[in-house]
Amino acid sequence: MRGNGWRLTATLIAVLVIIPLVIVLASLFNPEREIWQHLLEYVLPGLLGNTVKLVVGVAIGVTLLGVSLAWLTAVCEFPGRRFFSWALLLPLAVPAYVTAFVYVALLDFTGPVQTWLREFAGGPVVFPPIRSAGGVILVMVLALYPYVYLLARNAFLTQGRQALEVAQSLGYSRKSGFFKVALPLARPWIISGLMLALMETLADFGTVAVFNYDTFTTAIYKTWFGMFSLQGASQLASVLIVLVFALIVAEQMSRRGLRFTQAGRHTRMDRIVLRGYNAWLASGFAALILLVAFIIPVMQLLSWSAKVFVQDFDARYVEFLWHSLLLGGLSAVLVVVTALLLTYAQRQHNDSWTVAMVRIATLGYAVPGAVLAVGIVIPLAWLDQQLIGTAKSWFGIDTGLILQGTLLVMLPAYLTRFLAVGYNPMDSAMQRITRNLEEASRSLGFSGLAMLRRVHLPMLRGGLLSAAALVFVDVMKEMPITLMTRPFGWDTLAVRIFEMTSEGEWERAALPAVALVLAGLLPIALLVKHSEKSR
Amino acid sequence: MLKTLLVSTMLSLAATSVSAAEVVVYSARNEQLIKPLFDAYTKDTGVEVKFITDKEGALLQRLKAEGQNTPADMLITVDAGNLWEAAKEGLLKPVQSKTLNANVPAYLRDPGDQWFGLSVRARTIFYNNQKVKPGDLSTYEDLGNAKWKGRLCLRTSKKVYNQSLVAMMIAEHGAAKTEQIVKSWVANLATDPFPDDTKMLEAIAAGQCDVGIANTYYYGRLMEKKAGLPLSVFWPNQKAGGVHVNVSGAGIVKYAKHEKEAVALLEWLSSPKAQNLFADVNMEYPVNPAVKADPVVAAWGSFKQNPVNLAKAGELQAEAVKLMDRAGYR
Repeated sequence: MRGNGWRLTATLIAVLVIIPLVIVLASLFNPEREIWQHLLEYVLPGLLGNTVKLVVGVAIGVTLLGVSLAWLTAVCEFPGRRFFSWALLLPLAVPAYVTAFVYVALLDFTGPVQTWLREFAGGPVVFPPIRSAGGVILVMVLALYPYVYLLARNAFLTQGRQALEVAQSLGYSRKSGFFKVALPLARPWIISGLMLALMETLADFGTVAVFNYDTFTTAIYKTWFGMFSLQGASQLASVLIVLVFALIVAEQMSRRGLRFTQAGRHTRMDRIVLRGYNAWLASGFAALILLVAFIIPVMQLLSWSAKVFVQDFDARYVEFLWHSLLLGGLSAVLVVVTALLLTYAQRQHNDSWTVAMVRIATLGYAVPGAVLAVGIVIPLAWLDQQLIGTAKSWFGIDTGLILQGTLLVMLPAYLTRFLAVGYNPMDSAMQRITRNLEEASRSLGFSGLAMLRRVHLPMLRGGLLSAAALVFVDVMKEMPITLMTRPFGWDTLAVRIFEMTSEGEWERAALPAVALVLAGLLPIALLVKHSEKSR
Repeated sequence: MLKTLLVSTMLSLAATSVSAAEVVVYSARNEQLIKPLFDAYTKDTGVEVKFITDKEGALLQRLKAEGQNTPADMLITVDAGNLWEAAKEGLLKPVQSKTLNANVPAYLRDPGDQWFGLSVRARTIFYNNQKVKPGDLSTYEDLGNAKWKGRLCLRTSKKVYNQSLVAMMIAEHGAAKTEQIVKSWVANLATDPFPDDTKMLEAIAAGQCDVGIANTYYYGRLMEKKAGLPLSVFWPNQKAGGVHVNVSGAGIVKYAKHEKEAVALLEWLSSPKAQNLFADVNMEYPVNPAVKADPVVAAWGSFKQNPVNLAKAGELQAEAVKLMDRAGYR
């Protein structure tokens, strides 16, 4: 394929993905004056501060946790390292709103912890309120750090050690070697993970709703469901999209002129062996995070599940599980292939048009799910209408809906939402492949797809697997698009969670949530197995 | 096993076709509360009921996008505000039915016959019976009285149940006075508003506050799980407008392909036979006056309902939301 071919590919993918976004953005041309006036006066001032607090808190939290744990498991040696290196990914499988509910249930005034403390003290006790900015940030960080951890770990595995060696040969101490060399080299990966975490934070509704913490997203939902103005809600969502786009562009600009390349293929390296006190400190830290981010929530879910198991568990769970896995698996393949095409297009043809197309195509992840779902259903219904009209006029039959409520619709819808999740790890992986390598292989007569297969794919493996696992788990957790586009009587575990939580039966939602966590173990296990293989 | 799963998956790839003896329902009332009814109906009549569940806002947008091609015949949702919105958007059609008019009291259905309540939930006052005497309580409005300072708990204003409550108060008192009342509530809050009714009721029982407003079925569910909680029901405004009630209900979709079957199902849902099942499964009150509530629910006592037509809850909902924003009720 020539440059133009790649450009066309990128444009086509982008257009497909962008249609729902454009439908959301189109609302801007018809401002709801009255609603905006109200929002500006009474709602937005408080929200902006809240949203900024949340984003900054989550950014700092996931970076600190993700990077430190990635460094420990990728470059150091301490008791339990092998176990922790994969176990620390497990929180990915627990939806953030579930973790949120568990912690509010445990730590609020009425929860067991404070109740016990009151009994113990024989009176009122002072306890930091869990339903606060701090509480929301804490839960979000616990739920989202794996994005940074996974990508930063890839970076450190492929060159953390070499970076340290280089630094030491230049006379840096180990500590300054980490900060001066290894960390800057891992930057695109860390930022990619961070971007995913922040996009998810901005689009989140479920978690903040559990805390009744007002953000941009809660205002979007209030405008839509409370004031019956989808128009106003879409306008707010558009502002969010524009903000995220600005964030991405700023990040790209800051990377300009930097080139990240790989210092050769991955070699077996000697880990930094932590000794004595430091070794146990590392184990203790990893264990603590695993405990609060995964073990405690899952234990609580299990104890709730046990109570309702007899009443709620039936043969249909096999079907729910299968549907969840099927959707996750198929979407993972679709999203990864699409993301690969995009990264490659950008690599082959790095003009500003292609770059812009690629960037816009990944914005779906920052749009609150329910708003995006509407943006998806509108063009679909229109397409169906055309098809039905054609069938009527050509064959004289009334077909009813053709596309809607079929998997053919669900998968592209997930693509719109999760392309960023597939693209970010892949793009960071691509950054690692040197131009020299490409030129060398070109001189050997490889080009286009052959080069992709022989040169790029083997080197992109880590990014590819990460992307697939992330999309797999994310799709299984997704709710609004699944609800809106699923076929009749075709439920998934996420749909079960919705059925239980929509009227506040949280404890009964524990059963499908546990099943979802178990299902999420599968892609994580696959990821670990394959990424360990190449080590 | 895997083979059947694969086959069923392949089938789901093929679009659904229109067949005769079926009704297609879009429901915002969750599956476990409607499926038992549909199963019973199919057993009775042989008519298949296909349904999909989602949030009400999403279902309305979906109906709107699908237009004439929608497969849906009936919309079931909770809260009159949502039913009113569906009617206003032109998604439903009027139904002239003697049966429905007889089974559903006038104030619990649309004046334009586009939607009908099917079960009633009361949004009433609950109190900690170790700290509050029922004689201390009187009306919703009185919860703003200084004597409740630091003793009141509320659910978030983002939930439609509170939006409808405040909308009905606007209908009764006008916006200015209602805003005063809501402000006085906010001034009395013991803690930030709760994300759901159950958490709020638990807080009252645990002594974080003494009184609060919640839907009756949340109380029923909680007491079923933890029988010994010091929580009691109070029926406010008995000398004034009555207790604020709301419904879950249904309407026939404008472009229904099985209109006759859908109307028959709706009539059946309002009949004594189905009413108990519809209400009892969620500890709600039947909408049909000829049907008695579940004994557990009936034991909470009888009360005067606010007889203002629920369409007001929809008409004034957006205003209620803005009013609560102004009053600082989160």
